[in-house]
Amino acid sequence: MNTLNSEEQAVIAKPRLAVFKFASCDGCQLQLLSCEDELLSLADSLEIVHFLEATSRIESGPYDIALVEGSITTYADRKRIHEVRHQSKFLITIGACATAGGIQALKNWGDRNDFLRCVYAHPEYIETLATSTAIADHIPVDFELRGCPINRFQLLEVLRAVLAGRKPRTPSHSVCLDCKRRGSVCIAVSKDEACLGPITQSGCGAICPAFNRGCYGCFGPASQPNCDSLADWYLRGRISAPKLVPLLRNFNSNAADFRTCGDRVDPSSDQGVCE
Amino acid sequence: MPTFSTKSQPVKPVNQQPSMSTSYRIPKSDLQRLIELLRCDGYTVVGPKVEDDAIVYAEIGHIDELPKGFRNSQDPGKYRVEQTGHKNLFEFNVGPHSWKQFLFPPRAMVASGTREANRWTFETPPEQQPKFAFLGVRSCELAAIAIQDRIFLQGSYVDPIYKARRESALIIAINCTVAASTCFCTSMKTGPKCRIGYDLALTELEDGFVIQSETERGRSLLTTLKPDEAIDKDLEEARILEQRAVEQISKQLDTTNIRDLLLGNLEHPRWDEVSTRCLSCTNCTMVCPTCFCSSVSEVVDLTGDSVHRQREWDSCFNLDFSYTANGIVRNDRRSRYRQWLTHKLASWYDQFDSSGCVGCGRCITWCPVGIDLTEEVAAIRQPPSSNRMLPVIALPNATCVLTKETKE
Repeated sequence: MNTLNSEEQAVIAKPRLAVFKFASCDGCQLQLLSCEDELLSLADSLEIVHFLEATSRIESGPYDIALVEGSITTYADRKRIHEVRHQSKFLITIGACATAGGIQALKNWGDRNDFLRCVYAHPEYIETLATSTAIADHIPVDFELRGCPINRFQLLEVLRAVLAGRKPRTPSHSVCLDCKRRGSVCIAVSKDEACLGPITQSGCGAICPAFNRGCYGCFGPASQPNCDSLADWYLRGRISAPKLVPLLRNFNSNAADFRTCGDRVDPSSDQGVCE
Repeated sequence: MPTFSTKSQPVKPVNQQPSMSTSYRIPKSDLQRLIELLRCDGYTVVGPKVEDDAIVYAEIGHIDELPKGFRNSQDPGKYRVEQTGHKNLFEFNVGPHSWKQFLFPPRAMVASGTREANRWTFETPPEQQPKFAFLGVRSCELAAIAIQDRIFLQGSYVDPIYKARRESALIIAINCTVAASTCFCTSMKTGPKCRIGYDLALTELEDGFVIQSETERGRSLLTTLKPDEAIDKDLEEARILEQRAVEQISKQLDTTNIRDLLLGNLEHPRWDEVSTRCLSCTNCTMVCPTCFCSSVSEVVDLTGDSVHRQREWDSCFNLDFSYTANGIVRNDRRSRYRQWLTHKLASWYDQFDSSGCVGCGRCITWCPVGIDLTEEVAAIRQPPSSNRMLPVIALPNATCVLTKETKE
């Protein structure tokens, strides 16, 4: 991955940070504001020059670090993201929308015109793409931070790492490891719950299984996930395809590993589209 | 229920100074006295408890918190507990937890550093030293603790966190009287009878415990309880119950020449087959009472003036675990599963002079897709040519709908 090299850092007295939003709910940007204890030292280390969620006073580029939230769902955004890329030295996408297309990528399995007709009185005014896709499907991205929403401690870790010129430490292992570290009982084994923990990337601290809910896969596929094996095991047990498919097609439905497995389990559906 | 001899026997007189070689008998209510004695002595008593539909290990304050009447059923990838109404407190087998989590904590801060006026100060944080009394340690778990003792306490590098916790820990073992379908301690010669490595060992009878001490600490506790010496009828009842556990064990792992078998079959096609099922999710290594891998990382604050060095449980199933300057060494599930199994059952002999497996069966029960290491070893015993004749995992009806070939 690219990091700011020491020369670049020496030149930058206080790196300028910008936050951009595409198709999203703003929840990931809010995680930056939720860094309450760390906000002051963050403001000491960085100059936040473009963050509409916090202030309408914005400065123009170029920016040293850009945080990009949201997916690409419109023609205008597909163009705008290139402009953001041109203005940004180190571009970090944040959240399931920006890294996988988000929950709105469910439209990839439907018909755009059907949706428009159902929702809008005058669909002819709406200009929208047929798909919702990740930022990295359109421009080169320097770092992807997963999660729905992102974990603010991981966000701080990424910013710390970029400032220090090192690789961010955001583990790519399964949620199961975190479940075991916190002593949770595996609900897939003890209760036959459909849990995506074994194929989902860590990051949330394994919250849901600790409260007797299967993992929803908010942080997307873990590294080298064996989705097919887990899906086959669940289908062989008490979990039906109509229950499993929506679980795979959730916040990270358009992440390649989840998408491929969901389509395999549900062959009646149209294939998800990835531009 | 087994029947016992009804021949009446005289009650032996109370022994004021219990000896280590003798078996005694205490009523079940004395277990509460024992818990209280330990708590007064500053121990945190940890024992089996039903939480979240499983028998876990947690702090115990009263005998009523023990899983009285509970049984468990275990199969590959499946665990259930059930209240059956019997009167016993320990009639189940090992569950999702192990004593590892208390002796080798999942997370520990090993060092910290602070920078003031461009000068760094480093310190080792004082380890809070909990004093644990483990109640209900099974024979396979005693073997696992002995294995971790070799890893953490012997050799050039002694782990101070493990050492402090281990030296103060008191162990009250319990002999299994039932076995789960995943148990195979008889194959690994680690049970089910507790033989060494405990302070006190119990066998639960219908209305009491047979109790023995193996250490001075255990003997001194027994003295306070003032137990009766066990009579032949008690010992016979205990023997029959312990034998029942032996007879219930159905799973076997043939350990004949197992080191050379596994290391001599590194290209066996079975490794490919198991890698299509393995999730590389780390569950087997996390529940294993002997797996000891960890990673150490530095957690820095935004200013860079304060850093904590943190140790956490890690696993050979993680990609990053074999990451080196030249990339990831074990970059597919096949090589990671093979690494785990050959280390556990083969190269462990070279490293620690024993098997790394104690036959507790946790990795079988808690594998989310039910991979059974005893089946994997049995398959590798088959020559590769005839391996194709092994029964293929039956595909369920539900997957008949999966017509599309989407393998990458």
